[in-house]
Amino acid sequence: MSPLLAVDNLSKRFRGLVAVDRVSFEVPQGTIFAVIGPNGAGKTTLFNMIAGNFSPDAGTVSFAGERIDGLAPDRVCRRGVGRTFQIVRPFPALTVEDNVIVGALLHRHHAHDARAHAHAVLRRLDLYDKRSQRASALTLPDRKRLEMARALATDPKLLLLDEVMAGLRPTETDRMVSILKELNRETGLTILLIEHVMRAVMALAARILVLHHGAAIAEGAPDEVVRNAAVIDSYLGAEAVT
Amino acid sequence: MIARLVDGVPLRVLLLLGIVVAALVLAPLVASDYLLTVLIVILYFAYLGQAWNIMMGFAGQLSLGHALYVGLGAYTAAALYVHFGIGPWIGLLAGVPTAGIAGAFIGYLAFRFRVGGVYFAILTIAFAEFARVGFDHLNWTGSTGGLFLPVKQYAHNDLWRLRGQPVMFYYVLLAATALAFIGCRALLQSRIGYFWLAIREDEEAARSVGIDTFRYKMVAVVISAVMTSFAGVILAFYYNNLFPDQVFHIERSIEIILGPIVGGIGTLFGPILGAFVLTGLAETLTSALNALGVDLPGAKQVFYGICLLLVIVAMPDGIWPWLSRLIGLDRERP
Repeated sequence: MSPLLAVDNLSKRFRGLVAVDRVSFEVPQGTIFAVIGPNGAGKTTLFNMIAGNFSPDAGTVSFAGERIDGLAPDRVCRRGVGRTFQIVRPFPALTVEDNVIVGALLHRHHAHDARAHAHAVLRRLDLYDKRSQRASALTLPDRKRLEMARALATDPKLLLLDEVMAGLRPTETDRMVSILKELNRETGLTILLIEHVMRAVMALAARILVLHHGAAIAEGAPDEVVRNAAVIDSYLGAEAVT
Repeated sequence: MIARLVDGVPLRVLLLLGIVVAALVLAPLVASDYLLTVLIVILYFAYLGQAWNIMMGFAGQLSLGHALYVGLGAYTAAALYVHFGIGPWIGLLAGVPTAGIAGAFIGYLAFRFRVGGVYFAILTIAFAEFARVGFDHLNWTGSTGGLFLPVKQYAHNDLWRLRGQPVMFYYVLLAATALAFIGCRALLQSRIGYFWLAIREDEEAARSVGIDTFRYKMVAVVISAVMTSFAGVILAFYYNNLFPDQVFHIERSIEIILGPIVGGIGTLFGPILGAFVLTGLAETLTSALNALGVDLPGAKQVFYGICLLLVIVAMPDGIWPWLSRLIGLDRERP
């Protein structure tokens, strides 16, 4: 079966700095795939190239068998890729509900239908009770979930999550992990996530890609990756494994 | 359609709205000639504020050159009337598309080349200035000498040719303001309205949920320009004279935006409320000064300045958001 997302030899440089260096990987349909690595490893740049915010200097991104590299972000989204931002950007003056309705309207033409869909998404992400609040009034964890809700409302086939666990308490992390697992299991949603919280990564990901200085230094099942010497050396640290 | 428009609006708001509309419909029966002319100015700015608000309040694109669209509507309809005897409602069919095309051109230039924020505002000023200088040299429309519509005393109101007494213009503007209000409400409740608000709030985030921001910003500019140009047609036939230096002057553009700013940018009631507050109080001030025998040129401008200062300091979101909190409507969408 061909993968839902295929990244091939993708590179991006900012002046002298090679942010992403010939990275290749494939995400099969219906799986959860994690990208980890130290700060500045190029994870968010990689995301921005997949989502269309940057066009790559070299390499290709294929989604559902078609090239999407170089497409504008809105067109990538219309193909079926939803995303969140590392630094959250909900629509601050709009209510939680309206934020999600905007996403739901992508494939629905009437506000009425979009509202019903938005409510379903908000319930799934435990935000339904806060639907009348302004997005700017939410706490950071809620805003992260709101961004997820907004992206989910566009009915993506692939969801890109950029550090949605950061800043969450352990219980909130566990809740988020179970929400993502549920989504993946029940709707078949494919998820690609950047994450630092290893506890979440280990619980979720079927496969992990490790970036360091823009290059892929390891890829594999979670158990293999956390035992990889190069990964321990550059990112996890020896004490994480013992 | 009607059911959808009033969906979720509390009964007391509908009642209040009904009372205001009834009062405005009946006003000419009791209003003096002077009061009627003040009300005409108020409705004119309420309508224009509503049109400008689509661009700035909904889609977040600051235009400081809306006098351009007023002028294009005014000059096109007036010139067709003066030269060919074509009535304003037919003239509209030329004036409104002209303004729409001008808006589309400016929008295309700006949005295609990612000109945003302050630079976009400067671009809109520039085009209004181009028009001012251009019309100064356009003999067909009387250049600097002005374009005059033939005037005589009218015993009857000729609605088809917009020749008649102020009361006719009052009702035309009242209908236009009401339609603009209803239209804006419908737009805000529709897909396009949500997309505009998303673009206003965060354009990059809007793109990330699949919104073609270029397209929807273009639609906002064109709708706003088209609506604005209709007010221009009324302006031409109400005042019967047009001078480029007056019509296209940046001061005209600023006057248009003061109402919505004072009333509340992005709200439906703001532009109307702002027009009433600003024009109403300014005229009260002028007549009070006249009654006292004080002649102070520029008093109105100083008054506008003070109003703006007060609103910015005390109610940074404008009067309507404050008022709606006061009457307990803050949980509703504007």
